[in-house]
Amino acid sequence: MHRTRFFDHVILLIGVFIMVAPVVVAFMTSTHEAADIHRNGLSLTWGGHFAETYEAVLTREGGFTGKVTGFNMMLNSMILGLGFAVGKIVLSMLAAYAIVYFRFPLATFFFWVIFTTLLLPLEVRILPSYEVMNALKLTNTYTGLIVPLLASATGTFYFRQFFKSVPDELLEAARIDGAGPFKFFIDVLVPLSRTMMAAIFIIMFVYGWNQYLWPTLMTTDEGFFTLVRGIKQILLVWVGSNIPDYNEAFALAILAMLPPVMIVVIFQRWFIKGLTESDK
Amino acid sequence: MAAIDITEVSKIYYGGVEAVKSVSIDIADGEFIVLVGPSGCGKSTLLRMVAGLETISKGSVTIGARLINDVDPAERDIAMVFQNYALYPHMTVYDNFAYGLRNRKTPKAEIDARVAEAARMLEIEPYLDRKPRALSGGQRQRVAMGRAIVRKPAAFLFDEPLSNLDAKLRVSMRGEIKRLQKRLGTTSLYVTHDQLEAMTLADRLVVLNGGMIEQIGRPLEVYHAPASTFVASFIGSPAMNLVKGVLEGGRLHIGTHAIDLGYPTPAEGPVTVGLRAEDLRPAAFGEQALAFRVDYVEELGAQRLVHGTVDQPLTASLPPEAPLADQLAIAIPTNRLHFFSAENGKRLYRPTPADGSTNAVTGVATVAAPAGRHAVNLEPIA
Repeated sequence: MHRTRFFDHVILLIGVFIMVAPVVVAFMTSTHEAADIHRNGLSLTWGGHFAETYEAVLTREGGFTGKVTGFNMMLNSMILGLGFAVGKIVLSMLAAYAIVYFRFPLATFFFWVIFTTLLLPLEVRILPSYEVMNALKLTNTYTGLIVPLLASATGTFYFRQFFKSVPDELLEAARIDGAGPFKFFIDVLVPLSRTMMAAIFIIMFVYGWNQYLWPTLMTTDEGFFTLVRGIKQILLVWVGSNIPDYNEAFALAILAMLPPVMIVVIFQRWFIKGLTESDK
Repeated sequence: MAAIDITEVSKIYYGGVEAVKSVSIDIADGEFIVLVGPSGCGKSTLLRMVAGLETISKGSVTIGARLINDVDPAERDIAMVFQNYALYPHMTVYDNFAYGLRNRKTPKAEIDARVAEAARMLEIEPYLDRKPRALSGGQRQRVAMGRAIVRKPAAFLFDEPLSNLDAKLRVSMRGEIKRLQKRLGTTSLYVTHDQLEAMTLADRLVVLNGGMIEQIGRPLEVYHAPASTFVASFIGSPAMNLVKGVLEGGRLHIGTHAIDLGYPTPAEGPVTVGLRAEDLRPAAFGEQALAFRVDYVEELGAQRLVHGTVDQPLTASLPPEAPLADQLAIAIPTNRLHFFSAENGKRLYRPTPADGSTNAVTGVATVAAPAGRHAVNLEPIA
């Protein structure tokens, strides 16, 4: 058994400090008034304006149209993150199911075609994707926000590897038990993939939540703005004759960080299980 | 419950590899048939064709009176027990039992009744709520059998169900499978590479080699009259000794030894001679014997296996109290000798039943065989 030594702890503590310190600074600063921040810069002390600032950020209607609240944006982010993660899982599981369990012409070829899309992330194909969405009149819709990001070679590949490790006898037993392709998928493969799904869900949710470029392009209607985008918006909007609302920007940043952290904390156990062991 | 007819069934894979070559087996209702052979002999492929997991390239399979060549596995009225059990890992034992029945829209009350009955029969009632992960190997094996039993199928198909168990458990599960099959009277097809399992379980054995049937017969028939050198070396432990010999005018020559058979020889010229290790015994004083040079001895407790040479390598299974020396004189009843063609390894049947003559071995110690001294043996069933 490995004995934890003092030095190990020091290294870990330094790591934690480096990771957490900026977040703490952001949080502390967000509790000060904008004017204080403007005058004194970042702060490590408690400013005492926590409740007002956060309430304002979440509920005050802002933006050009004066209709967007922080809560709205959070909801949009949530829809994007969830839709993105769930959609990716469903799509990649079905694709992997087809590739692993069905003999169709050029199966391997199609697998590699899917695989090469790893070389074409959204940033590379952003103009054509926008053009397609625009032609379909899907700008400023949730569909337009989510669908172009759904195709996932990574997810397909994960599930393909997992399905390949499921013993063939399970399929054969299910066939003798009278389960057709659909029943086998729903009754056997999906429950077996639970931990895998949780792991992919975390990764994809965080990825979807943090999307910035695509939502910026796709949404011009403020009603569809996401949190990540909203942070910028606050600084832009209030940069008038007044001091920018630094405190609100910081508060929004903290809020934007919260859901992904919660998801990771809640699903952590599943996440590790999904990536390290298989439930067979 | 039903008879199964396998008629000239072949399996030809893409690329022309023929895994099973025109195999025909008639299985009576309620019979326990064991397919046995070395790995790659096509026994599993044959089973999987009956199960519907592989397509039948040629020939026909009927269960009951129904031709099932193109019938879906679920509709064939069979149940299969897999080597790795193939239990659904995320379902409880109860759900594992019930899954197939639910897919068939069996009423809930009947599912309950059948599961309870099977669980009682297999003594796994306390585990119905557990997941397979929480069960031991033997218990998983029982669950796998239970899943087959609840279906009340026309036939059970077993694909090496015991090979994942440890030796001790294998013996007890073997007995249990046999008992259960007798009790249920369900036609069974069982695949194994273990000749002991085959001998103990089977009503009839089917020995397969290279996709073809070498012999079909009751275990003792196959043991006492193997149809070929392949069967001879495969069935029985230790394997039957096969040595080269020459038949000439009523005598068998092995190296420098000549044995007077006392019955008409089945052929003339070079043959392969089969001698079961357990038929060899120390020659009595004054009896004619083969000179056996001992190399090494394996002690098994009930008997000892003596490895050595009589011109050619030979293994003898001797009683543990038999004296050991570098050189032993061993004898065999001549009616216990098996003769196989030197060319194709097929059994050479004796033209007329032997009269049970004494061992007449000449060459080493030429002493007159005492009259009436011969082992009382089962005559090989030709």
